[in-house]
Amino acid sequence: MANVTLNQIRKVYGNGFEAVKPCSFRIEDGEFLVLVGPSGCGKSTLLRMIAGLEDITEGELSIGDRLVNTVDPANRDIAMVFQNYALYPHMTVRKNIGYGLKNRKTPPAEIARKVDEAAAMLNLGAYLDRKPSQLSGGQRQRVAMGRAIVRDPALFLFDEPLSNLDAKLRNQMRIEIKALQRRLGVTSIYVTHDQVEAMTMADRIVVLNGGVIEQIGTPSEIYHSPNSTFVASFMGAPPMNLVKAQLDEGTVRLDCGTAVMAAPAGRSGPVTLGIRPEDVRIGSGAARFDIALIEELGAHRLLHGQVAGQPFTVHVAKETQVSHGPQPIELPPAAMALFDTATGARL
Amino acid sequence: MKRAAFDNRWLPILLLLPQLSIICLFFYWPAWQALRSSFFLQDPFGFGETFVGWANYTRLWTSSEYLKNAGFTAIFSLSVTGLSLAIALLLAVKADTVLRGAKTYRTLLMWVYAVAPPMAGFIALILFNQRWGPMTDFFAMFGWDLQVRLDYFDTGFVMVVASVWKQIPVNFIFFLSGLQSIPRAVREAALIDNASGFSRFWTVTFPLLAPTGFFLLIINITYSLFDTFGLIDTILRNNPGDNPVTLVYQVYLDGFRGQDIGGSSAQSVVLMVLVLALTIMQFRLVERRIHYT
Ligand SMILES: Nc1ncnc2c1ncn2[C@@H]1O[C@H](COP(=O)(O)OP(=O)(O)OP(=O)(O)O)[C@@H](O)[C@H]1O
Ligand SMILES: [Mg+2]
Repeated sequence: MANVTLNQIRKVYGNGFEAVKPCSFRIEDGEFLVLVGPSGCGKSTLLRMIAGLEDITEGELSIGDRLVNTVDPANRDIAMVFQNYALYPHMTVRKNIGYGLKNRKTPPAEIARKVDEAAAMLNLGAYLDRKPSQLSGGQRQRVAMGRAIVRDPALFLFDEPLSNLDAKLRNQMRIEIKALQRRLGVTSIYVTHDQVEAMTMADRIVVLNGGVIEQIGTPSEIYHSPNSTFVASFMGAPPMNLVKAQLDEGTVRLDCGTAVMAAPAGRSGPVTLGIRPEDVRIGSGAARFDIALIEELGAHRLLHGQVAGQPFTVHVAKETQVSHGPQPIELPPAAMALFDTATGARL
Repeated sequence: MKRAAFDNRWLPILLLLPQLSIICLFFYWPAWQALRSSFFLQDPFGFGETFVGWANYTRLWTSSEYLKNAGFTAIFSLSVTGLSLAIALLLAVKADTVLRGAKTYRTLLMWVYAVAPPMAGFIALILFNQRWGPMTDFFAMFGWDLQVRLDYFDTGFVMVVASVWKQIPVNFIFFLSGLQSIPRAVREAALIDNASGFSRFWTVTFPLLAPTGFFLLIINITYSLFDTFGLIDTILRNNPGDNPVTLVYQVYLDGFRGQDIGGSSAQSVVLMVLVLALTIMQFRLVERRIHYT
């Protein structure tokens, strides 16, 4: 078990592409950190640098108190779970799980004990003598997990381990992985582009965009006070409503002229107003919401439409009576966030 | 695959006819002829033949020349197969680390394969020329006075070297594509699980190359037995003397030079049985599927 420190880590690929701009953060002992961001933002690159599968162009990486920039992957005391499982196709499940231990000169009796223990933990007992090709996707993913946990490493690395599974299995495995990590207390870095996984599993989330860290924070911080329009629109399903507005004389006005909140004076011009769909109150208020589509989701409903000519979504409980057409809505000032329209940064 | 149905019963046969006639003309008929001739003793001047039963075969097992050449063929095949596989694997593993993805180099490396066997023999003759061959000079530095076509061992050695040289590119290409088809994540998982590159190779890479390896093994044995004919003929300049020859070459010598049609046919039947055995082995291996998918 260990903490991990990234100090100005940067990655430039051979073709000159800067996949990760200098970034620094620290992962505490036992923490579950999720790296999230859109495809191609450099999540895997960052994770692979930590694993030692990719050279670090610049910066310092420490696991525990040890600087590991030039240490081989096998000697970093890490274990990794890959997106497409990466099991050894010619070895049985038992051999797959025990392979890392065998190469570390663990006595056979101890390997057998640890493999059985891991298999029991992951419900793999019945499959120990099968080859990976004889397993389902979910079972393969469990074997990959088993391979990681028997090693008892200082750090777990996951690169989108659930993205090849169907939705139901993914939910189940998500909970299992999280529970397992709690129980073992191993520091973990988990890469995903699925914001639901990020929200539900993380102790802290790092949001990456174009090789740059947009925000680091707990799921609740990331969700409720996003640092930028990027984070606001990336996290949450449906994402935060972002509406163009005007700020002048200390008041924020929608394009239709409705004043929605007071804002610090000394600033004027276009701003972007953000509010989560579930924070909007429907039925009374100064603003008008033109409902075009009602999406029935069982436990709740999503209302899609426009506010001041811009797309807008409202989340209502299933009891709320709604109909198509204009409705008054209230935008509670406390739930609103203001962003600079040009830079996307929070004001 | 889609099953097509023909209305006319004769159409499929008609379509198969060219292929069938070629197979019959160039394979079944000569094979049948060889099988038949191997039980007869032919008059050298073409005046009839006498049935002799197994005599042509028993003659083989008692001929010291045949046994000697059979011994040479075994050693030759094993050396050519073993060396060309081993060297090609070594080169492929080395190339794989630098070539990931660079397909143009692969094509360049393939070129030696395009050299025709007699040409390979000719190049070997130049390299190992008694008076000015660079390879002769090279071995002379170690005090080895190479005498191609004069010394039995030296000639055999040059045959092996030339055959290996010619076969390496094919094996190399197959091994390289075999290596490159190992999923990157599997290698990376091994990189995390095992610090020793040597042990990683033998426990992960090599077993995953096994299907390619078995396939190449059969191909290489067949090559060393049969396809080296042109190369050997060029090295011997059509004049074997006391030099080593492979069994295939001996078939040619006894049949076309010695006019011993019966004996030569018996020899080719023995070789046919050998090929048959190799083919069955290959099919069995394919059937047992040494693939891990
Ligand atoms: N070997 C490479 N050479 C050059 N550029 C690369 C290389 N590998 C990745 N890249 C580029 O670096 C960027 C980040 O890639 P990375 O694989 O880290 O993305 P990611 O965030 O994991 O995306 P995804 O969610 O699709 O897996 C991408 O734009 C990609 O094209
Ligand atoms: Mg990725």
